[in-house]
Amino acid sequence: MVDHGKLSRQIVLPWHQVLRIAWQSVKIRWTRVAITTLSLMLAITFFSYTLMTFDILNAIWPHASDILRHKIILAGYEPLGLSSGHRVFGASAKDIWLLMLAILVCLVGITNAQIMAVTERFREIGTMKCLGALDTFIVKIFLCESLYQGTAGSLAGAFLGIMLALISLAFKLGLKVFFFISVVSMLKNVGVSFIISVILSLLGVLYPCVMAARMEPAIALRHEI
Amino acid sequence: MKREHFVVRLNNVRKTFVMGNNRVDALKGISMEIAQGEYISIMGPSGSGKTTLFNMIGALDKPSEGRVFIDEVDVSQLDAYELAWLRCHKIGYIFQTFNLIQAMTAIENVTLPMIFAGVHRDEYMEKGMMLLELVGLKERAWHRPSELSGGQQQRVAIARALANDPAIILADEPTGNLDLKTGAEIIKLLKSLSRERGVTIISATHDIKMIDVSDRVVWIRDGMIERIESRDKLKVSVGEVA
Ligand SMILES: Nc1ncnc2c1ncn2[C@@H]1O[C@H](COP(=O)(O)OP(=O)(O)OP(=O)(O)O)[C@@H](O)[C@H]1O
Ligand SMILES: [Mg+2]
Repeated sequence: MVDHGKLSRQIVLPWHQVLRIAWQSVKIRWTRVAITTLSLMLAITFFSYTLMTFDILNAIWPHASDILRHKIILAGYEPLGLSSGHRVFGASAKDIWLLMLAILVCLVGITNAQIMAVTERFREIGTMKCLGALDTFIVKIFLCESLYQGTAGSLAGAFLGIMLALISLAFKLGLKVFFFISVVSMLKNVGVSFIISVILSLLGVLYPCVMAARMEPAIALRHEI
Repeated sequence: MKREHFVVRLNNVRKTFVMGNNRVDALKGISMEIAQGEYISIMGPSGSGKTTLFNMIGALDKPSEGRVFIDEVDVSQLDAYELAWLRCHKIGYIFQTFNLIQAMTAIENVTLPMIFAGVHRDEYMEKGMMLLELVGLKERAWHRPSELSGGQQQRVAIARALANDPAIILADEPTGNLDLKTGAEIIKLLKSLSRERGVTIISATHDIKMIDVSDRVVWIRDGMIERIESRDKLKVSVGEVA
C-alpha cells in the first residue's frame, strides 16, 4: 500500500488545471479582485476615451462643414496641424503625459495590492509546495489570476471609455457623431487596451509572486495572516 | 551484511536562525533513525525545536549543517523537481492549523496532491471519495473548510496527507487546536493508519495521549535529544498493563 517506488521527478501540471485552480481562487476572493480590476479599469477608461475621441474627430473632420469645424475647435479640441493628411487630431504632449501618469499610478496601485494579496497567501503557497507544487506552478497561478483581472479590467475600461467618448462628443457636436463610428477603430481600441491592461497586471504581480514562490515552504508556513 | 533501511535518517542536523545580530540555535546536532512503520512522537517544551525538526524531516527547510535522508536518499542532493516529487509522493503533512486551501472544497483539497502527481481525473475522484469515507466525511465532500469544524478540517487534512500513499506521515501538533475528545479521535485514526497501512507516523506533540500509541517517544529540549524511550520502557513508566 505504501509507495516505496524509486525517486522520480515531479511532472509539470497541464495548463487547463492551472487555469481552473486560478479561476477558483479568483472566484472566492472576488471583492479584492474587483478592487484591483477597478483600478485597472479606470486607467484603461481614460486611455480608451482619449483614443476614441480622436478617432471620431479625425473621421468627422474631412466631412465637416465650416460651422461644425468651428464647433469642434470651440469645444476645446485643437487640430495638431490643419495641413497634415488624414490625422488631424491626436494626443498632445500634455495628453501623453497625463496618460503615462495614469498608467504609472495604476501600476503602483496594482503592485501594492498584489504584494498584500500574495503576502496574505504565504501559508497557502507553503501548503501547496508541501503537496507537491513546483515553484513555476505557484508563479503560473498568480499570473493567470492577474490575467483574468487584466482581461476584465480592459474590457470594462474600453467599453466605458468608448461610451464616454461617444456621449460627450454627441453632447458637444450633435448626434451625427454616431455616423462616424468605425468598427475597425473600436476593435483597435479594445485590442490596445487589452494589451496595456494585461501588461500592467502581469507587471504588478510578477515581483511578489516570484518572491513568494521561491520561499522555502517552512518560511511560508510560519506566516500568520 | 545488508545495512538496515531506514525511512528517515538524520545525521548530526543543526539549524541556526540568524536575524541581524541574533543567532538562535534551534537544533544542535540531532541524529536519529526511524524504521518503516514506526509510530514516533516528538515531545518537548515550547520552543525546544519540534517544528524546526519537523521541517527538516519533511524537507521543508534546509539544515545549516548535517544531512537528512528520506528512504536513504540525501535530500540536499535533490533538484527542485525531485524535491517536489518527494514532498508529493513520499510524505504526507499534517499541521496544527490544518492548512486546508480555503478556496477549495474538502474533495478538492484531498485530490490536489493527486492532481500534482498527474493522476487521471476518474481515478483521483474515486480515490478522493474513498479517503473522505475513510475519515468519515464522505457526505461533507463538497463543503469548504470554512463550513467544517476543526476536527472535521483536520480529518480532511489527514485524508489529503494520504492521497499519494506516502511512506511517511509528518504531523506537527495535529491535536493542538482540537478539544480532548476530537484530539483522541484523531490520534486513534493516525494509529489505525500506522497499523493497517504500515505508514510511518512522526508527530510532534504536547499531547500526553500520544504516548500511549507511540512505539518510541523522542524527548527534545533546547534543540537536543534528551532521551528516546521505546514502547516497552514506556509501558513501565506509564504503568500500563499489557
Ligand atoms: N524562522 C525562524 N526564525 C527565527 N527563529 C526561529 C525560526 N523558527 C524557529 N525559530 C526559533 O527556534 C526555536 C525552536 O522553535 P520551534 O518552532 O521549532 O519550537 P517548537 O518546539 O515547535 O515550539 P512549540 O511547541 O511552541 O511549537 C525557538 O527559539 C524559535 O524562536
Ligand atoms: Mg511548533
